[in-house]
Amino acid sequence: MHAISKELSPVGGCSGIELLEGDTFDLHCFQALTGTKLFVTTEPGTTGMENLLKTIYELYTDYVLKNPFYEVEMPIRCELWDLNLALAVKKDGKASLVGR
Amino acid sequence: MAALAPTSRMRCMYIFNRNGVCLHYHVWMRPHTTLSQQQDQKLMFGLLFSLKSFTAKMDPVGGNKGNLGMPSLPGQGCSFHSFRTNTYKLSFMESPSGIKLILVTDPRMGDLREALRFIYNNIYVEYVVKNPLYTLGQPFKCELFNSTLDQYVKTLQ
Repeated sequence: MHAISKELSPVGGCSGIELLEGDTFDLHCFQALTGTKLFVTTEPGTTGMENLLKTIYELYTDYVLKNPFYEVEMPIRCELWDLNLALAVKKDGKASLVGR
Repeated sequence: MAALAPTSRMRCMYIFNRNGVCLHYHVWMRPHTTLSQQQDQKLMFGLLFSLKSFTAKMDPVGGNKGNLGMPSLPGQGCSFHSFRTNTYKLSFMESPSGIKLILVTDPRMGDLREALRFIYNNIYVEYVVKNPLYTLGQPFKCELFNSTLDQYVKTLQ
């Protein structure tokens, strides 16, 4: 769907969907240069998610990708990653993690 | 296809019926097209169908998720009303009869839900559906529709 949205752009240079607004939730998407996509669902009308997504991406590169024991494409099981993710979300002030 | 002011944020508009037939395609400013018009319309309809199913399934609130793969009825489950990329914003509205209105605009455009509702109720229904010479389910060409739409769109900045 991300790729199709690029095709349908009326102007060139489209990099795909950044925000999807639904009736009951918004979906924010961050695409890294490698193509890895990070998604966050929020209440409708939440702003300022770009910074949070960038922060989460930095945490991802630090705790997951730089982990020598991590195999790419496998689910992430790292306590430091979970801890720092929760901290970043709490620091943001507007969000809180629900479940795992 | 009237020329709008260079500062206008409107790019193009599609109207589809529930079977995927593109009833109307209106373009104001589209400097970049990669596909033929037919392919473009098919792709657009397909994308909307997928996005609607995706939104209904991803809904963190709401009970009835329906069956995976089954097309959902208009109004059933959570639906999206717009998405934004770095180059454009797409606003979407589906009427209870399955008529889908899509407006592609500049990404800085605000919420167009009211505008879409107005276009459906006061322009599409008045000038197209109520036209005795029009057969439902067919693409249409109507000068009054085009001119009223252009006039209304000029007020949307």
